[in-house]
Amino acid sequence: MSTATTSSPVGPAPSDAPVGGAASGAERTPLKDRAGARLLAGALLPLVILAAWQLVTSAGLVPAYRLPGPGAVLAAGADLAARGELWLHIAISVQRVLLGFAIGSVIGLAVAAIVGLSRAGDAQLSPTLAALRAVPSLAWVPLLILWLQIGEESKITLIAIGAFFPVFTTVAAALRHIDPHLVEAGRCFGLRGWSLFRTVQLPAVIPSVVSGLRLALAQAWLFLVAAELIASSMGLGFLLNDSQQNGRVDRILLTIVLLALLGSLTNALLGLAEKKLLRRWA
Amino acid sequence: MTSTALAPGSRETAPGPADAAPTARCTGPDGVHLTAVDRSFPAAQGRHEVLRGLDLELRSGEIVAVVGPSGCGKSTLLRLIAGLDRPSAGTIALGGTALVGTDERTAVAFQEPRRLPWRTLAQNVALGLPRGTGRAAGKERVAHLLRLVGLEHAAGLRPREVSGGMAQRASLARALARSPQVLLLDEPFGALDALTRLRMQDLLLEIHAAEPTTVLVVTHDVEEALYLADRVVQLRSLREAEPGARSLARTVEVPGARPRDRAARDLAALRAELLEGLGVHSPRPTTASFPTTSEDHS
Repeated sequence: MSTATTSSPVGPAPSDAPVGGAASGAERTPLKDRAGARLLAGALLPLVILAAWQLVTSAGLVPAYRLPGPGAVLAAGADLAARGELWLHIAISVQRVLLGFAIGSVIGLAVAAIVGLSRAGDAQLSPTLAALRAVPSLAWVPLLILWLQIGEESKITLIAIGAFFPVFTTVAAALRHIDPHLVEAGRCFGLRGWSLFRTVQLPAVIPSVVSGLRLALAQAWLFLVAAELIASSMGLGFLLNDSQQNGRVDRILLTIVLLALLGSLTNALLGLAEKKLLRRWA
Repeated sequence: MTSTALAPGSRETAPGPADAAPTARCTGPDGVHLTAVDRSFPAAQGRHEVLRGLDLELRSGEIVAVVGPSGCGKSTLLRLIAGLDRPSAGTIALGGTALVGTDERTAVAFQEPRRLPWRTLAQNVALGLPRGTGRAAGKERVAHLLRLVGLEHAAGLRPREVSGGMAQRASLARALARSPQVLLLDEPFGALDALTRLRMQDLLLEIHAAEPTTVLVVTHDVEEALYLADRVVQLRSLREAEPGARSLARTVEVPGARPRDRAARDLAALRAELLEGLGVHSPRPTTASFPTTSEDHS
């Protein structure tokens, strides 16, 4: 009812304009303030959790051997750091994730190009790849250990498998759905094969490549822990397993927090790259 | 109805000066020759014929407009010459050599500008440069073309930042980048507003005067065809024609040198004739029916 009365007559239009302008002016806050408010809003829940955690442990509601307080977890971290072990575990895990992620995504991109761009490649490879994707990640572990032993190769291979599929799936689908008009225009100006891919097809799927990479990175961390939990003598997954066997709940919590932080950090770095790429290509 | 009305008309014009001339003048080095071109597509039952027995010559440096009802194969004809499609039968030759696949001597501007959204207008124009153009030479050529189409101020803009008219200018510049012998325009101004369209038509004529190439322009706008072209080629829809009919309905030589007066009387007569051929009957003798129907409504 009210919308009908305000919008239907032509008369009130000029009086509407300044009102709309004032409203949009009031909504538009400086960019800096908005970023600050966002940060604050995002930090609120972790702070509440931290406070609740401290409260529960210091009040003695949960015994310390079940849930040590934030201070104890921090102390466990300092202790590991002082012995030089913490950096070792972090460094080896990060190295494994980055290597596996890089290998898996490059292979994923290459296979996606074959499947997404050629009908023959799609027909020949897609069913096999779909079947391989259906294999749960942990099912690879025994085979990889038998073939590659308990070394870096088996872990990095597992992580690469984890990173491969998100990149492959998103990029292959995106390549299949490129605007055929653009491809035809490229062809019409003499672009073929690699030059057509480089000039038209790859730039057209950059947004999908980036989102595939972000999924792959998350998957790489997932597969890292799976690999390290089962067979390793170093790394965050090993730390988890080792702490469980020694009943060190403080170290378990420390590792979980570290995994959360590292995952967020690498994701944020990729997010920065994404912003740059999308500004250039989207 | 329309097709039977058309057939005698085309027989009348076919042996006229319009069709007799090409055989005499077919020595042009850049001329395009289509000989007995058929194009049909597989359909649910048998094949769907789009073009049949099309003989056509584009003389070097002339502007030819192709008109016809939708589905008559106008765009198919253009795609065949562009090498984006192949004829089911017959041959297409440019300057004596067969056109097979896309060719550096031809260039297309599509109805939708088809620009790569991540490239600036200048980079999009550069896409049309012949392979192997040097960086400096390419840059100079792109700058020249952008000036030619009046986009020198917009070289660094992305496609989504410019209007439809500017996009079509860029598309035209891109097609011109390789200095094509044959410029193929597929309803290039169809999506533009009326005023921009008129400006773009003048721009095309200016460009043609500056860099005279053979131009084939597919259009649904008879006035545009008469304003731009030396000859207007009218195709017929095979679906509505009697069996065995050929695609070419008629060829009309447009009188008068460019730039033409859009309101010229001889063009008006030609326009009515062409529209008649397209099944649109101009209200030349009387206009009695319109007022009576409007009175009925009120």
